[in-house]
Amino acid sequence: MSLEVVDAGMLALIQDTGRYGYQHIGVTTGGPMDEHAFLWANRLLNNELNAPQVEITFGKFSLLAHDDTWIAITGADLGARINDRAILPWQTHQVSRGDRIDFTAPVTGLRAYLAVSGGFRPALKLGSCATVTREGLGGLHGHGAKLARGDQLEFKPPEKVAKASVPQNEVPDYRQPLCLGVIPGYQYPHFSAVERMKFFSCDYEVSQNIDRMGYRLSGEAIHSDLSGIVSEGIAYGAIQVPSDGQPIVLMKDRQTIGGYPKIGCLSALDAGQLAQRGPGASVSFYLSDVADSEASRMLFNRRLQKGAAGISRN
Amino acid sequence: MNIESVNENTCIVYFGDQIGDESARLVKLATESIRRSMADVVIDLVPSYTSVLVSYDLERIDRLGVARRLRVAAEQVEDGANTGDTSRTVELPVYYGSEVGLDLDAVCDFSGLSAEEVIDIHSRQSYQVYAIGFAPGFAYLGSTDKRIAIPRKSTPRLKVPTGSVGIAGTQTAIYPSTTPGGWQIIGRTPQKMIDWDSESLALVQVGDQVRFRPIDRQEFLDLGGSLDES
Repeated sequence: MSLEVVDAGMLALIQDTGRYGYQHIGVTTGGPMDEHAFLWANRLLNNELNAPQVEITFGKFSLLAHDDTWIAITGADLGARINDRAILPWQTHQVSRGDRIDFTAPVTGLRAYLAVSGGFRPALKLGSCATVTREGLGGLHGHGAKLARGDQLEFKPPEKVAKASVPQNEVPDYRQPLCLGVIPGYQYPHFSAVERMKFFSCDYEVSQNIDRMGYRLSGEAIHSDLSGIVSEGIAYGAIQVPSDGQPIVLMKDRQTIGGYPKIGCLSALDAGQLAQRGPGASVSFYLSDVADSEASRMLFNRRLQKGAAGISRN
Repeated sequence: MNIESVNENTCIVYFGDQIGDESARLVKLATESIRRSMADVVIDLVPSYTSVLVSYDLERIDRLGVARRLRVAAEQVEDGANTGDTSRTVELPVYYGSEVGLDLDAVCDFSGLSAEEVIDIHSRQSYQVYAIGFAPGFAYLGSTDKRIAIPRKSTPRLKVPTGSVGIAGTQTAIYPSTTPGGWQIIGRTPQKMIDWDSESLALVQVGDQVRFRPIDRQEFLDLGGSLDES
């Protein structure tokens, strides 16, 4: 049973929650740029939370259903349509053999997630299908390729799926200006009070230089008293500040170690919200702490477990 | 030892602030100890020159619990410090011919040494694996003799061929795959540094010792070496 890619668009990648346990040999984690949307898509279908999905960046992606199943779409509104009828994200949809699913152009956000009942069944590489093109790992066939026209995305027959949608208070508005909590750490003490004040009071803009490795922001330059540091491990969401003073937020395909000073780190959920913004979007930061980020994540995990209208509990 | 929170499920443990054998030894032993004793909660470890980044499962443990167990794991390192050195030495054959040692002339010009002297100095000592990163299996080895220390190329190559052995400052490294890069290339190894189908994946690990063995063109080819430019 499968869905066939009839138009691969700009960038459509197979992702699960990431490739863990290999960073010590330099293999990055990969995984969904927006965990919040990814996890809800699997939750809507009562899938395992790690089940493989398609991450669609920017739209222009089309699939043909060769069999009946249920899908869920979350994240960006990329103008999805089934048989040329507009459908809404953040809910499940029934598709039948012969149906065509099209993502047209972004309405809000940048990255949509498409999950199928039971999850897609791509090849696994080092225990994961997360596509990291730079490393030639993951994806449908295991070699790091993005999805291409003609690819067959296989799945198992669907199980007891019902119409379900994510609770409205869980659905973000990606058009809103973002204010992200920064967990101080790494080289935070090496940024003076004045530099910190600049960083936390300035609005930064998402630049043209954004990809799955990192988001370059532009705005008031900030400087630490360090020219470089002894290279060390980099977490998802870490905020590097190179010598030009323009922050770079490191995303899912980041290199594992690096030598630029870092003012702090975002939580995974906050970094995921940034991943839904394109060039020109406004971003600001506030001083948060690790206890807050821990509590927010635990609460999110509980809401995810509790589910939503129409979803049975695990 | 100093433990700092990074985000909701990551912390970093510092074992010093200077690159050197003592930090590298502590990082290696601590990484092994953490891997052994905290497998139930640790998701990923990134050892580097002086630190280990630790990601953990927030559903099983929080930042306070992790810090407590990391301290215990590090104490075991202190206790076990005299139980003998467990590091391996990996010998890598290297062909230093000018057709693959793309920057050997530049190193000679910069250092005022002959090619024979550069090769001799580079292959005479063993090196510690301080960190792995940049690309899968890319091992940072140190420290080279100061006489052959040369800065990175001012313009990086768009393609450094797989197996290339390079120098940057007092560090040396092998490119496990063809990537862009700015290290000064002095030779090439026919040895695969990373093999996705093997059990160990990467040939060397943080804490290992590496020694280079000069080989001639014929042995390089016999061992499966490629003279391709990319």
